[in-house]
Amino acid sequence: MTTTKLLKTAGLVAVLAYASSASAQDDSQLVINGEIEMITEVATQDYIGGLKTAYSGWRFRNSDMQAMQLDDFENPAAIAVDEGLASWSKVDGSEGKSCASCHEDLEASMAGVRAVYPKWNEEAGAVMTLASQINNCRTEQMGAEAWKYDGTEMTGMEAVISLQSRGMPVNVAVDGPAHDAWLKGEEIYYTRYGQLELSCANCHEDNADNYIRADHLSQGQINGFPAFRLKTGGLVQVQNRFKGCIRDTRAETFKPGSEEFVALELYVASRGNGLSVEAPSVRP
Amino acid sequence: MKRTAIALAALIGSGTFVSAETVTPDNVVMDEYGSIEASLTGVAGDPAAGAEVMSSRGLGNCVACHQVSALSAAFQGNVGPSLDGAADRWEEAQLRGIVSNAKMTFPDSVMPSFYKTSGFIRPGNAFTGKAAEGALEPLLTAQQIEDVVAYLATLKE
Repeated sequence: MTTTKLLKTAGLVAVLAYASSASAQDDSQLVINGEIEMITEVATQDYIGGLKTAYSGWRFRNSDMQAMQLDDFENPAAIAVDEGLASWSKVDGSEGKSCASCHEDLEASMAGVRAVYPKWNEEAGAVMTLASQINNCRTEQMGAEAWKYDGTEMTGMEAVISLQSRGMPVNVAVDGPAHDAWLKGEEIYYTRYGQLELSCANCHEDNADNYIRADHLSQGQINGFPAFRLKTGGLVQVQNRFKGCIRDTRAETFKPGSEEFVALELYVASRGNGLSVEAPSVRP
Repeated sequence: MKRTAIALAALIGSGTFVSAETVTPDNVVMDEYGSIEASLTGVAGDPAAGAEVMSSRGLGNCVACHQVSALSAAFQGNVGPSLDGAADRWEEAQLRGIVSNAKMTFPDSVMPSFYKTSGFIRPGNAFTGKAAEGALEPLLTAQQIEDVVAYLATLKE
């Protein structure tokens, strides 16, 4: 239903309904299309030592930008979602299959999937992200080539799959076999990288809601990814965003899809357990 | 002769030009509280040049995190404390130490160290995201540090 609306609205313009103000601690409500109530503020779990309350990045945006996410008529991610939907049913690879060949109905089969990724995969013996699972399907089931981890095709597919979980609470598992990766992600989160010696926490935990020049620092929550970035005019894959942040500390980054970034994605997702899946969100 | 050479160094203002008087980052003498008594260059700092370093995104960009009422730079940040009246609170040697390597004065500070070239985790080649090649340059030159210190010394309330 929501997919359909987001698709139909691509390229259309509607009158904006502006929200009042934007500060993480105000009580702005994100209700999409007047019907999907989003959780943008939630108490964190005890295992997140440095953060008591998780706020969606939406809460840190100004009212104009917030409004772009209130109604799918306004969400510029619609075109990418459209492309993602087309590739869902597009046959590719030696087996003559598309995603739909095995998973059939998108809404029925993918509801709730985005909310629990990254998750442990027993067969792989590793934590897998939604992106690595998509590529695994392509290479192992379809006989197709893997997509670039943070490329346009991947990000569009992630968006259309994430949309089926929109409004559901993020609920990644941090214990059991995923725990080692989670601990590694936590260590990375607090490591001060690069010549600027900045950790994720330095900006997004210690200084969330403060400003670096005009940039209003959020908590760096990832429940809205893939996110449409107005700065680049396209959907951004979450690990591509990680890469950009670490680059900006004048550090040698990790690669999207690397063990380090998979661990970091699991850990950062867990900092927002309980927030609604918000993808595709709109961010600066 | 030596004065001429120093003046020339200041004129060139290059990060790679090191005069005989310039203290390299690894040779800075800091006391146990993080202060640096001696000038890094022997050349008096220029407050106007310091104001430029503090305001420019491509230089120190101090206003990214600190509010300075006397500077006209737009969108001054609030991650660090306001620097208004900094000269009333800190001696020149303390200011030089904080600008060079604030973590020696405030151990938990998030402030980058502007005159330090070693001890980093995964240092990059500027903002390319690639690994650094060869020796790192400090974020600011010795003279730029002196210029910033000279500007900060004017911030009295």
